[in-house]
Amino acid sequence: MAATTHDDAHGHAEGHAHGHDHKPSFVARWLFSTNHKDIGTLYLIFAVVGGTMGGILSEIMRAQLQFPNNHIVTEGQEWNTIITSHGLLMIFFSVMPALIGGFGNWFIPLMIGAPDMAFPRLNNISFWLLPPAFVLIMTGLFLGESGTGWTLYPPLSNQTFEAGMGMDCTLFALHLAGISSLLGAMNFITTIFNMRAPGMTLHKMPLFIWSELVTAFLLLLAVPVLAGAITMLICDRNFGTSFFDPAGGGDPVLFQHLFWFFGHPEVYIMILPGFGIVSHVIPTFSKKPIFGYLGMVYAMVAIGVVGFVVWAHHMYISGIDVDTRAYFMTATLVIAVPTGIKIFSWIATMWGGSIELKTPMLWAIGFLFVFTLGGVTGVVCANAGIDEVIHNTYYIVAHFHYVLSLGAVFSIFAGFYYWIGKMSGHPYPEFWGKVHFWLTFIGVNLIFFPQHFLGLSGMPRRYPDYPEAFAGWNYISSIGAYISGIAMLVFFYVCYRTFTSKEHVANNYWGEGATTLEWTQTSPPAFHTYLELPRIR
Amino acid sequence: MQVPRRLLAALTLFLIMPLMFPDGAMAQNGVVGAPKPWEMGMQAAYGPIKERIIELHHLVLVIITVITLFVGGLLVWVMLRYNAKRNPVPSRTSHNTVLEIAWTVIPVLILVVMAIPSFRLIYYQDRTPNPDMTIKVTGHQWYWEYTYPDQGNLDIESRYVHDEDLKPGQRRLLEVDNQLVIPVGKKIRVLTSSTDVIHSFFIPSFGVQRYAIPGRTIETWMEASVPGVFYGECNQICGQDHSRMPISVRAVSEADFKAWVEQAKKSAAVTQPDADHGQMLAAADNTASRSAEQTIER
Repeated sequence: MAATTHDDAHGHAEGHAHGHDHKPSFVARWLFSTNHKDIGTLYLIFAVVGGTMGGILSEIMRAQLQFPNNHIVTEGQEWNTIITSHGLLMIFFSVMPALIGGFGNWFIPLMIGAPDMAFPRLNNISFWLLPPAFVLIMTGLFLGESGTGWTLYPPLSNQTFEAGMGMDCTLFALHLAGISSLLGAMNFITTIFNMRAPGMTLHKMPLFIWSELVTAFLLLLAVPVLAGAITMLICDRNFGTSFFDPAGGGDPVLFQHLFWFFGHPEVYIMILPGFGIVSHVIPTFSKKPIFGYLGMVYAMVAIGVVGFVVWAHHMYISGIDVDTRAYFMTATLVIAVPTGIKIFSWIATMWGGSIELKTPMLWAIGFLFVFTLGGVTGVVCANAGIDEVIHNTYYIVAHFHYVLSLGAVFSIFAGFYYWIGKMSGHPYPEFWGKVHFWLTFIGVNLIFFPQHFLGLSGMPRRYPDYPEAFAGWNYISSIGAYISGIAMLVFFYVCYRTFTSKEHVANNYWGEGATTLEWTQTSPPAFHTYLELPRIR
Repeated sequence: MQVPRRLLAALTLFLIMPLMFPDGAMAQNGVVGAPKPWEMGMQAAYGPIKERIIELHHLVLVIITVITLFVGGLLVWVMLRYNAKRNPVPSRTSHNTVLEIAWTVIPVLILVVMAIPSFRLIYYQDRTPNPDMTIKVTGHQWYWEYTYPDQGNLDIESRYVHDEDLKPGQRRLLEVDNQLVIPVGKKIRVLTSSTDVIHSFFIPSFGVQRYAIPGRTIETWMEASVPGVFYGECNQICGQDHSRMPISVRAVSEADFKAWVEQAKKSAAVTQPDADHGQMLAAADNTASRSAEQTIER
């Protein structure tokens, strides 16, 4: 299999027998791209665009919530549309494209010693389904007609209560993004199973590859369930069915089950590739091999498997039976165990190492801290009894932003600073990278830590206005949002400095700690890599 | 000019807020269960369920704080002790079976310690086997409807008080026109439902929350341990005015409750629901008592 693909890669450069690094013209290269590196780059740019849009919405939201009785967002419906779009943009158009499409496409072939992905054209369409999806999401936002929250619960998302076309646009956007993810997942699984360099057994595979493999399986099993749910919702809205309409014998809670059967694995889809990145950054900057490799692999597999059987912990308040709640509580608490194994293994990797606190390592250590914090508050939420008073409050908002907005995003930035030299060939400015980290670290903690207090005190989420008692912590939280916004500007400056830099970096600019295959290639790698397959001993 | 003025206003608010609402503000009739400025923990418990929730939350909070400090401490320690300057030659250790077993087994034990009281709590708060009375809560866009089947299907609608109608001392976005009145110290079975979209009936002081879902009736229970006024809010996104359908409960003595019922029946704000509505409630009542029996068997 590997050999065949190898020939295909040659075939691509047909007629340029000796110039195997020939690059096609701009349109052919970027619009019809079949090269995993170019597609990865497209995904990364797309993630930055999506994240910036979602980030602008966050700033609007925090500005509105800075004071009670504020009128930046005047209508409740407008507000609801903004929160819906913020959630969907960040998940489907920022974190996933960055971690899976971006770093996955760039580094899966490079790390397993494959010339490209198994299905390069499929890879192209996976990416090009996303821009139209993005347009549809933005249509839903600007029409102001998708005010349901990202969870899309009917009846609120039904024709009766959300009549406009904007809601359908949002649902079709999810269909497109879902197809994109599915095709990507198939491609990843095929590539990882069939195109590893000779000698790279599954148990020698880098942890980033393992994390992308588990993620791809989660996508493959979870996304079709979402597709089914939103298809039924679209039918309810437009074709007179009543899957979720009690007036026609349907059940709104059925949608919640289907949505969260997708939605819970989805959160692991967003964090697992981050685990993979951190598992490379920490050994590199500790100059030590990863501690407990097999434990790390099977902890990820376990998180993936158990992640599928905990979905109803999002529904403790939906009137499900008390025994069912007891089961979902137990299963949810169990996930803390493999997660703990990972945290302690990362610390053990650093233990006895020779640690250099370069920017990627700062992000990785920052990740460990915020992810631990988000993880332990997850244990609080898992307790169905306690959840009775924190469900849907800001405590939940704080919890999932600590694991995703902080955890996943920290891992994205760790990956960015770790690999940007490899991807661009230029070094990033170390000083500004650190400024970016510290501003973000202070900013996001200032946003989200006080939200725990708001939640415990009973402030419901998705409120554009709130009683005066909640004013204090909301004010602090908004200040944090502005600091994080400034940090994003620093990030753009870092990008500018990196891409306009005249300096060039070596193949392995991190030195002895970086041991995976991508560091054997030039920076940036040739347009076609591994014309001869590497051998792993 | 507006920005500095707003900043100034915020700063003033920041400083005087704690003075404006002194701790444990007393209403005319008993305590007030409402969020407080700069509150860092849960709202105080004014019912037996919330007392138990707070108890469990204290246990869990201690455990997670210790774990977070432990992990944070380890991170700081390795960054200092194993810094490249202090430790130029890294070790090559990548396995330690005892350690790996320890960090698998110890978390399991911690979770078991936490899970036992947690199970007890969810079965306690689920339903009450012998309720003293029943209240049906129906969510609407955007107000609450409370029905008292044991008081001749007394039915009241509860809407928020608009900003311009607020009297001095009233809480914006928490005050309502018609409160939900309950007798203190009684186990009250709560049946939630909705006629349009999903809402959530949430009263932090009692530790009770259930979705109000159209097409189904969900049972839970609550009890006020002291007389007073207790505030809650709709806690599931329900459209345009999601933030404008608060809940306000007034817990009064048994005698006052009876007097209130008599008076409310005469009031114009109260409607007598039609027969259909009554039948639906009776049906819900039957299912509820059946499940209550099951709970007793358990």
